[in-house]
Amino acid sequence: MVALFITLIRRELRLAFYFGSDTLGGLFFFILCSSLFPLALGPSPSLLHMMGPGIIWVCALLASLLPLERLFAADYDDGSLDLLMLSGLPPAGIALAKIVSHWLTSSLPILLTSVPLGIMFSMQTKELLILLGSLTLGSLTFSLIGGTIAASILGARRNTLILPLLVLPLNTPVLIFGALSSYAMQIGASITTNLSLLGACLCLALPFCPLAAGAGLREACR
Amino acid sequence: MSPISSWFHHYANPGVFLRLVRPCLLPLGTISVILLMTGLIWGLCFSPADWQQGENVRIMYIHVPMAWLASACYVALALCGILSLVWRHPLADRAAIEIGPIGCAASALCLVTGSLWGKPSWGTWWVWDARLTSMLILFFLYLGHITVIRAFDDSFRGQKAAAILAIVGIVDLPIIKFSVQWWNTLHQPDSISLTATPTISLSLMWPLVLCTGGFTLGAITLVNTRLCASLMERQVQFFSRRGK
Repeated sequence: MVALFITLIRRELRLAFYFGSDTLGGLFFFILCSSLFPLALGPSPSLLHMMGPGIIWVCALLASLLPLERLFAADYDDGSLDLLMLSGLPPAGIALAKIVSHWLTSSLPILLTSVPLGIMFSMQTKELLILLGSLTLGSLTFSLIGGTIAASILGARRNTLILPLLVLPLNTPVLIFGALSSYAMQIGASITTNLSLLGACLCLALPFCPLAAGAGLREACR
Repeated sequence: MSPISSWFHHYANPGVFLRLVRPCLLPLGTISVILLMTGLIWGLCFSPADWQQGENVRIMYIHVPMAWLASACYVALALCGILSLVWRHPLADRAAIEIGPIGCAASALCLVTGSLWGKPSWGTWWVWDARLTSMLILFFLYLGHITVIRAFDDSFRGQKAAAILAIVGIVDLPIIKFSVQWWNTLHQPDSISLTATPTISLSLMWPLVLCTGGFTLGAITLVNTRLCASLMERQVQFFSRRGK
């Protein structure tokens, strides 16, 4: 079972590597989107320092939304999802492997790029570390919730419209706690409170989301 | 089969449901109109103005029932979701289709009346207060539910996806309820509760109770009318297809 799980993740990573431009699309969107804010808000360093964490959080959420549309749909369309369902791995396992590979291919590069972006928004080293920590917890939750929604709306007619409409409202608690924890140093509030709440969101999503996504996959392949 | 679940599956039959519910629609509707007229006329014309907010307080007679209705409809949606996923109750899916738009309208009206009330009393149309934001998210959840349930060619799958969404989205309701206590910002805390004496004057509370009851009964009537209409529509489709 574990071997199958790891094989599936390796397959996803290899596919992501072959279709590099699709994989990097989300990353370029993240960079471009965050660098539009200084153009619109003006170049004042103090303003950008104040808004930086929020900008990075919102752009990371939007960028994680982009690959979700093809996460299950590509396999669903060419029939490989049916074969995966017959492979002996339970649907929840398939969903979890897909979600993990989504995080590895889209959120991990975003996490790495948020460091230079944070420096460009004149954030201190300690602020950067907190941002990285909270963004790691948050992006895992984004992947879990987004993967669940993507699996349960597989085969819908207006896929592009529905996905943001469902994923963004459900991710708002994570966004609120995440951005608050990144601002905690600036406003002098407790850092651990919001990080703990973020961790709680992740702990809640980790067991339930793969199960719900698996149920969605089973319905789709019925 | 336990008595409860046999009772439960007895009313899953559309014919039995229609025979039971259709005669109740007219009396229910009449009672709700009477309650609503009494409550609204009392509230809008005869109840005293608030000593602090003046005549503006009368927006409350629409705003509070709509907020209540938006939350109640979402609870009903989530219950329908559980009924549909766990017991595969066929009426629950039909009911979820009909409840969605009504709850959506209620949450939109709650936001609009709240914003109209906020301008004279807070001096602004909108603040990003916790309660306002969570109500806005509830509105988006309703929009998502309405879109998803109609987005599949196979209506069965849309109903399953919408049921999952309705159950997941229920986390927003405690946030709405407790937002005024957790983040004490601009929106005032609750004035009426089941356990404590109300902090609102009785002369304002009675018309409010009548309006809330009237709107609730009205919404129940509307949902059931729509449910009956959709069941009959399906029967007509079924018979016309069999006639060919």
